[in-house]
Amino acid sequence: MTEIDDKFAAFNNERLFDQTNEGTQGYKKKEVVITGGPWPQDITDETMVVNMGPQHPSTHGVLRLMVELDGEIVVDAKPIVGYLHTGMEKTGEELTYVQGCTNVTRMDYASPLSNELVFSLAAEKLLGIEVPERAIWARMLLVELNRISSHLLFQATNGMDVGAVSMMIYGWREREEVLRVLEKITGLRMNHNYIRVGGIAADLPGDWKKDVLQVCDKVEKGVYDYDGLLSANPIFQERMVGVGVLTTEEALSLSVTGPILRSTGYAWDLRKEQPYLAYDKVDFDVITTSNGDVFDRYRIRLYEILESIKIVKQCVENMPKGDYRVQDKKVTPPPRARIDESMEALIHHFKLFTEGFKVPAGETYTAVESPRGEIGCYMVSDSSSKPLRMHVRGPSFYNLQSMVPMMRGRYFADAVAVISSVDPIMGEVDR
Amino acid sequence: MNSLSTQFKEKFADAVFIDSNGQDVFYVSNDDYLDAVQYLKTDCDITMCLDITAVDFLGCNDRKIIDGIELERFEVVSNFISHKRNERIRFIVQLEENHPSIPSISLIFPGANFGEREVFDMFGINFDGHPDLTRILMPEEWEGHPLRKDDSPARIPVNFTDDIPALREDV
Repeated sequence: MTEIDDKFAAFNNERLFDQTNEGTQGYKKKEVVITGGPWPQDITDETMVVNMGPQHPSTHGVLRLMVELDGEIVVDAKPIVGYLHTGMEKTGEELTYVQGCTNVTRMDYASPLSNELVFSLAAEKLLGIEVPERAIWARMLLVELNRISSHLLFQATNGMDVGAVSMMIYGWREREEVLRVLEKITGLRMNHNYIRVGGIAADLPGDWKKDVLQVCDKVEKGVYDYDGLLSANPIFQERMVGVGVLTTEEALSLSVTGPILRSTGYAWDLRKEQPYLAYDKVDFDVITTSNGDVFDRYRIRLYEILESIKIVKQCVENMPKGDYRVQDKKVTPPPRARIDESMEALIHHFKLFTEGFKVPAGETYTAVESPRGEIGCYMVSDSSSKPLRMHVRGPSFYNLQSMVPMMRGRYFADAVAVISSVDPIMGEVDR
Repeated sequence: MNSLSTQFKEKFADAVFIDSNGQDVFYVSNDDYLDAVQYLKTDCDITMCLDITAVDFLGCNDRKIIDGIELERFEVVSNFISHKRNERIRFIVQLEENHPSIPSISLIFPGANFGEREVFDMFGINFDGHPDLTRILMPEEWEGHPLRKDDSPARIPVNFTDDIPALREDV
């Protein structure tokens, strides 16, 4: 054991930052740069390069990793992405702002509503319109429900990846309940296209409050069940505590956001720090832990479910009455009944769905907190009805870079736990 | 103009400040870019480079004219955030059409690594000093840069060859 301990010590000394020199020298350049530098050409017989993925079941889709191994210890790793690239940013330039939501919602397929939200907020910023109160609160309700379902998906896959297979069934069961509510509200289980520029697609259905409160109780009970099942489980802890440690300095320098950043003890949540929608009017806590290991990332996502339930319940309580989309005839299609009786309404409807609305020239970067971190939309308009450029900053794309320092110097078997804890959604990485 | 921009403007007087829909944007020249980013990191409490992307303005009919800036075909856009001051700042650098090239900031902010690779892949913009400037989303043997406006989507049939140089036996 001492030999392996020595190896761990050696790797820990070689971490990205030399703590004593930080500030004066900044980034310490290494021969093999930590975020996927050139693959070393002088590989000797002592180490072995293993290819993992893109069809590996634990890589959450099509993530591919090249891992250099010394025995069972990971010396270096390089994530290789692009297997799910479908050119969505290019497609986004061909679609109008009305159609754009259907495109972005397919990027992060585990939390599609966050994508729709950030796209809509960016377009609304360029248009200079403000959506009604009811749309704001309904958006917040849906995004938080989506955060719950996304974190439940993480609990399920994370359990499966580290060997708690029954957890997969439990997580999936509760997630399905949440998706059922989302289906009732939006019409679809995933890829909702419900949050649109100017508000939401349709008003909330009549009995939504009962359904939402019911699902909150179910999920809350589920979270306490998972906590009892996993958190104090010695096998689970053995597998996760102290594995894949990331320091705050590394997380910040590698542009890591979301639960991974908060797991290092850094309390940064856009919902709290730069409130959008009505997050400044609801009461919730930002969960942080201090160890930055795989177990902490599991705990953060578990307890964030409870915080989201808190927000959802406040949304149910405070949901204002009124319009659910902005009453601007250039942006919002007329109600169906008006089309039968008004020629102008018919023209507006036709123009809106064939040509779309024109957005004043300008550029903006809008960011919201998705379940995986900061999702941003950089949008450039040339005063036509299609964006000149629509770029989405996928949080998973940047979070992937943190895998390498997490894996270095640990056992190869821990790599699976690390991939799982980063919770990458490849649709968002590759876009 | 937030406190970050005020401080930055004092040091880099040449940079043109624009209030873009309430957000702070600086048009920085290509020569100053690296120094400006270094200054952000060392003196302005900037903790993170959030995103790097680019825009191709070829064929753009209605482009905003910025006083004191000669507009070029490409723009490289980088977003930074200071957690301490809770402020954001955005740099825009103009790049010429032929052989666009800009210094890499991935040695100052290692997180910019993937973003710069993506811009290189999608726009063919060269980042000087980048540790591993290779394609990230498209296949290695792909020709062209998909997000350029003159690279039309249906230009060539998609043809993934088996002839990958790294796997060839005779190399």
